[in-house]
Amino acid sequence: MPELTLIKAVNDALRTAMREDPTILVFGQDVGPKGGVFLATEGLTSEFGEQRCFDTPLSEDGIVGTAIGMAINGLRPVAEVQFQDFIFPAFDQIVSEAAKLRYRSGGQYTAPLVIRTPYGGGIRGGLYHSQSGEAYFSHTAGLKVVIPSTPHDAKGLLLASIADPDPVLFMEPKALYRSVKGEVPEGAYTVDLSTLRTVRQGTDVTVFCYGAMVPVAERAAEQAAEQDIDCLVVDLRTLLPLDEEGVLEAAKATGRVVTVHEAPRFCGYAAEISALIAENAIEYMEAPIARVTGFDTPFPNTLEHNYLPDERRVLDAIENVYRF
Amino acid sequence: MNDADLPTVIESDGALAPGFDTDLTDGDLVRCYRTMLAVRVFDDTCMKLQRAGRIAFSIPNAGVEATQVGAASAIEETDFLFPSYRDFGMALYHGVTAAMMMHNMFGNAGDTSKGRQMPVHFSFREPIRFFSISSPIGTHIPNAVGAARAFQLRGEDRICLASFGDGGTSSLGFHSGMNFAGVWKAPVVFLCQNNGWAISLPADRQTASESYAVKGQAYGIPGVEVDGNDLLAVHRAVKDAVDRARAGGGPTLIEARTYRMGGHSTSDDPTKYVPADELARWAERDPVALFQRFLEQKGLWDATVEERLRSEVRAEIDAAVKEAEAAPRPSLETVFSDVYSELPPHLRRQGEAAFDLAARRGDAAAGDGAFPL
Repeated sequence: MPELTLIKAVNDALRTAMREDPTILVFGQDVGPKGGVFLATEGLTSEFGEQRCFDTPLSEDGIVGTAIGMAINGLRPVAEVQFQDFIFPAFDQIVSEAAKLRYRSGGQYTAPLVIRTPYGGGIRGGLYHSQSGEAYFSHTAGLKVVIPSTPHDAKGLLLASIADPDPVLFMEPKALYRSVKGEVPEGAYTVDLSTLRTVRQGTDVTVFCYGAMVPVAERAAEQAAEQDIDCLVVDLRTLLPLDEEGVLEAAKATGRVVTVHEAPRFCGYAAEISALIAENAIEYMEAPIARVTGFDTPFPNTLEHNYLPDERRVLDAIENVYRF
Repeated sequence: MNDADLPTVIESDGALAPGFDTDLTDGDLVRCYRTMLAVRVFDDTCMKLQRAGRIAFSIPNAGVEATQVGAASAIEETDFLFPSYRDFGMALYHGVTAAMMMHNMFGNAGDTSKGRQMPVHFSFREPIRFFSISSPIGTHIPNAVGAARAFQLRGEDRICLASFGDGGTSSLGFHSGMNFAGVWKAPVVFLCQNNGWAISLPADRQTASESYAVKGQAYGIPGVEVDGNDLLAVHRAVKDAVDRARAGGGPTLIEARTYRMGGHSTSDDPTKYVPADELARWAERDPVALFQRFLEQKGLWDATVEERLRSEVRAEIDAAVKEAEAAPRPSLETVFSDVYSELPPHLRRQGEAAFDLAARRGDAAAGDGAFPL
């Protein structure tokens, strides 16, 4: 089985899907001959031609708005928004149109499309190439929000997203594009949406995380193990719809919970995880439910390593809930 | 900008301008007139229903019927319509029944959107694809371009018609949709219904451009101005654009200059901002009366025809009201279904909790709030 980086796994997923289904189109800014700014779409125009992988004008609203039009008319678009920070002109199309279309038309019109977008910090991208906007989108009924953290999942989840009959926002942790490598099966396979991945088994503290925070949580768990604190690390993978049963089961398994994300804390995704557990499993909790998150500030540039949760901060939180 | 100083097809006495003929058959022409009458009767009915508190809201179409029906008569049932909320005539012309529309006005179980949308936000797939209307302005314009791109990529001989108002040209969707359509030469016709008003903002304060049609130039798209109260002029302009799009010639922007003779909606009081003399001037060019004089000159209209058509549409719309009013409300289940293709567990739990609460404490009380726009 080949070892691929996460970005190569994305590329492999797109190529695999396009070979199987001629209605799949890939488009966005610079995704054609250039292959995308991160090279996610490298080689697709040369293999499939300019009608199936092409560049668009510089308009996120236009990219997503036309993708919806294609999706309601028999095509399966996989649109790229170059950085998640630039997605907001398309917010209306995603939230008001794609996500609500099935509901408002009584199922007569649907928008089976995927919007791929790199998100998150760690590349010295400053305010506008670093943000994690998953909370905005996870608040949107009708949308699915998926975030992989390994090459294997990136391919399997992307193929599942493309096959899904509902609109999917596929957020790719750009910090992991080339920093993680893993075995990726050849050909088509899917990883079911709305399922968790147990990254590491443990009995003392449960750490929920996703995307680029997964390796951070793993490293913190390794350091905790040196103090005989045994962490259960869970990769959420799909934020909407969330596998709530799986989250509750993992929380109950240890009675101590830390949730990690790089997005700001206030109304962030960890708040939902915390509330879910507080409402449904408070009697299992041995310690306050903890969060390790980005700060409630814009995303800084030079000091981004202070903004992003790292092993120190995650380990601090693990120790705190363990010793409570 | 609203004075229709544009080439005339139907003269004020109903005569055709010299040298002009239409491709519409006598049957089509009567169908156009009957549709415009149906829009008027449907409008009047909804106004009365709203004033009586039997429906919550409606959108008047008076004044713009020739633009709606002239455009609708230039496309085929196999084409794809992306309407605005003031396009009743487009649906009716293509065979959407008054009953289908009235179910939506009542938001009942027979509504194609299952009572989830406000009145007037129609969604139809048959007998023509009449795209689900949303309230944000201009969002459907890039949607239409994407759907047109799909026709184009498949090499199909079909087009999209996107309809919006003068206010819609200020939206993000107008810009991105026009821009993408120009670049792709997509088979789409943009119909800007310049009806003089975006709720209360007059059309000459919506833009500093010399017209709305001229905006096409910026996108490499031909712009055409047409008298929107003259059904045959609208039909011809849209038909030309449709033919060009089908032949691979790309998109066209058509500005139909017309006038919204009623309020923005049943909740609006246009006397606060519409100059009475301006309204009176446009009322003299009432599009339905103008087309009726044309039919009379052509020997297709007289008092007997009028009486027959009116009683037919009246009977259809009365029956539609009766049917829609008798239909039950959508079931509680419809709050939770159609969010996703399959009901996810969290929605199942929320739905079960709502059913359980209803069983224990009775149904939720319906509010009687009035919509402000």
